[in-house]
Amino acid sequence: MTYFGSTGGLPRPAAVKGAPAGPDAVAPADPGKPGSRRQSDRLGAILLSDYFVLYLSLFYVAVLIPFLPTLATPANMSNVLSNMWPLLVVAVGQTFVLTIAGIDLSQGSVAGLTSILIAMLLATAAPAQVLGHTPIWGLMLTEAGGPLAGVAYGTWLGIGIVLAVAALIGLANGLAVAVLKMPAFMVTLVALIALSAFAIWLTQSNNIRELPADFVALGKGTIVSLFFGDQHSAQLPRREVHAFVTWPMIVAVSVAVVAHVLLGHTVFGRRVFAIGLNRRAAEISGVPVVRIVVLVFVISAVCAAIGGLLYTARLETGRPTLGGGNFLLDVIGATVIGGTSLFGGKAKILWTVWGVLFFVLLGNTLNLMNLSAFHIDMVKGGVIIAAAFLDVARQRLRRGMG
Amino acid sequence: MDALLELDAVTKEWFGVPAVSDLTLRIPRGEVVGIIGENGAGKSTLMNVIGGVVPPTRGRMRFKGADYAPAAPADATGAGIAFIHQELNLFTNLSILDNVFITGFPRRFGLADRRAAATVTRTLLERLDIRHDPETLVEDLAPGERQLVEIAKALHRSVDLIIFDEPTTSLTPRETVRLFEVISGLRREGRTVIYISHILSDVRALCDRVAVLRDGRLVDEGPVGDFGIARMIRSMIGRELSSLFPPRSAAPSEKVLVQARGLSQPGVVEDITFSIREGEILGLFGLMGSGRSELARIFFGLDPVAEGSLIVAGRAVSGGPMARISDGIAFVTENRREEGLLMDAPVAENISLATVEQLGRGPLGLLDRDVERAVAERAKVDLSIRASDLSRLPVRSLSGGNQQKVVIAKWLAAAPRLFILDEPTRGVDVGAKYEIYALADRLAAAGNAVLFISSELEELTGMCDRVLVMNRGEITAGFDRAPDMPHFDREALLAAAFREVVA
Repeated sequence: MTYFGSTGGLPRPAAVKGAPAGPDAVAPADPGKPGSRRQSDRLGAILLSDYFVLYLSLFYVAVLIPFLPTLATPANMSNVLSNMWPLLVVAVGQTFVLTIAGIDLSQGSVAGLTSILIAMLLATAAPAQVLGHTPIWGLMLTEAGGPLAGVAYGTWLGIGIVLAVAALIGLANGLAVAVLKMPAFMVTLVALIALSAFAIWLTQSNNIRELPADFVALGKGTIVSLFFGDQHSAQLPRREVHAFVTWPMIVAVSVAVVAHVLLGHTVFGRRVFAIGLNRRAAEISGVPVVRIVVLVFVISAVCAAIGGLLYTARLETGRPTLGGGNFLLDVIGATVIGGTSLFGGKAKILWTVWGVLFFVLLGNTLNLMNLSAFHIDMVKGGVIIAAAFLDVARQRLRRGMG
Repeated sequence: MDALLELDAVTKEWFGVPAVSDLTLRIPRGEVVGIIGENGAGKSTLMNVIGGVVPPTRGRMRFKGADYAPAAPADATGAGIAFIHQELNLFTNLSILDNVFITGFPRRFGLADRRAAATVTRTLLERLDIRHDPETLVEDLAPGERQLVEIAKALHRSVDLIIFDEPTTSLTPRETVRLFEVISGLRREGRTVIYISHILSDVRALCDRVAVLRDGRLVDEGPVGDFGIARMIRSMIGRELSSLFPPRSAAPSEKVLVQARGLSQPGVVEDITFSIREGEILGLFGLMGSGRSELARIFFGLDPVAEGSLIVAGRAVSGGPMARISDGIAFVTENRREEGLLMDAPVAENISLATVEQLGRGPLGLLDRDVERAVAERAKVDLSIRASDLSRLPVRSLSGGNQQKVVIAKWLAAAPRLFILDEPTRGVDVGAKYEIYALADRLAAAGNAVLFISSELEELTGMCDRVLVMNRGEITAGFDRAPDMPHFDREALLAAAFREVVA
């Protein structure tokens, strides 16, 4: 594994740095800056700001609005927000793993498995002609639905079970990485392949519908809606009522806030960073490396499961392929665009929030331009490369300013 | 005097701040010139200017009588200048031969002619007295041998000037002796050498001339015969340093604080038994591979041990680093970059790392940053760490000596009773060395036990109450500092360390 900072890294061009290069370099004694530096300082401050990607998103929207007037409509804004929340929860989990210089490729498969498990448990009915030949038929699922159908607090029980399963998957990932010292990439890649296949096998690639109303409300339930129509009409026309504060928003924002505190302001978070910055030094300084690494993978899997639950509720369907396709690209792409380093030790939940916002906006605008799915992915790929480059540039700038 | 390299009023500024200013220096052909100076004195910048890494802001250079203005490192190489850096520039996964010919193989029918290359390489290796086949992989060589391969690479390019930057930091005493023989051989062949080092006695023994840099200026220069160690230090730090070592402020008590009994791990250490008293600095001397660093790792629970016990302050210790820290052990490792510090984290976070649990408040363990800052500020004053903004400045931007103080501050926060210092002054300049010695004395005077591991005999004899010698995983001898006789028997110490290895 590579740890950010512990290696020599790229040859540093001396002109970028504010201090002499080489081992003799001491803290720069605040060199007297020529006037031209002040402007670049201001640019640097923007580049290094925690809100940089938010600025970038706003700039992006501002530039596109003249060409894409639909972008700023309440309907579209509501859509952008609703796309943002599940992705944000999953990306928050990924942020923790990236901070320890790991990666969790299994998040998509965890989301897919979550989707099928919760539907299996909660479905209120199931058609035999579709699901009758699946391995779960009769065992978990019958014409009358899943085992928790109609059970009091069944929805909450089901959610608890599913999150526990996800936690176990995270535990297995974490133990393989921390105790068996296997590379996170391999461990979670294998988990991705195996768990996706397992989820698809469970329902023979079929979806499960007929989810109970209280669960579906989790994906769609609206707490505050905004009305932009004619105030005087007696009846509100449905088209002009737009969900603003929804249950997914409450869930995602709560997860993000807790994660922000956990990663940025607790002993646990400090240790997560220490492992990402220099695992050996952390271990020698008494950081319980195994415990922290395992916990981080548990957090990642549980976040993936919560994201999976939100998607499932929104789609009103248990779908085994939920986390397939480019899901992983979106998660890791959004996190890295936010500024979290793939080399570990550099992350902020706030960055991830902006990264997800930017990524969702990007997908949304490309959709509005009527680009095909292929074009959208091509552009997204390009944006990730640009973000990776920007990350390198920011890092250099940061060192120069340090 | 025929000068091979002449620097004429060379200045290198970074954003208006001079790192090297107005430096005029002549490097005579066929001599070994030692360049010394504290960290930050401008040695590396000067070498980067000579090596074409950065252009000088002002001034001119002449090499072999012609104007010399390298635009890139390749120009320096082409002109006949070779650098042997602290961190070697070798491909360890390739053979010696591949490394020597990395820039171009001899060709035969358009293909690389390995046989011809092997013949050349063998000759080079014989000249340097390396007894390895040219096809040996570099990763299978000892650090000292690798350095000689780097020299072989330079000789293959028939260079006129070879610049060594701290070449002995990772070498054993024997390898160092061998390197010096090679450098003397280079001088006999008429080649010119610039030798940068912190080890002043080496400079005295090896060089013909000495140049001292301070704050980017040449402050002293002349034939080595005019330079005693005292003058070198005075020139380097710009003030008188009465002694290399601080006086010990208190004598050790009679009370045993640390007791190792029969620690054994097959192939690593064998029946290690000794004790350290309160207030005692116990030196552990041994060559590389003697088991001294391995013993430190066993003490700290990083490596397994098959038999034996370790008692600190009356309690048998066990478990990993976390448990050992709470049992009162601190471990300043030999390579602070890899094992001691989070280089990109701020100073304050490094200082609190081992005790971060104590900063937790409430069930979530919310960090108390005020306390963290206070602890760091206290450590800054206490250890005179030179750093401006402790909560923001990354440790990476501190000098080696200050980095080492941050490591020590981290352990001081955990209030340990046993300090294991493994090569604590490696890569640290003279002034900071003195401060680290003074710290070791303070730790001992406060009633703690200090295990001081080093391959520099001077610092052990200068600081320790007792010195144990390790050889092949065993403690082979122990030497006391008699109250009436302030010095150790150096010959006997060295003999004990080399015993059997020599035979």
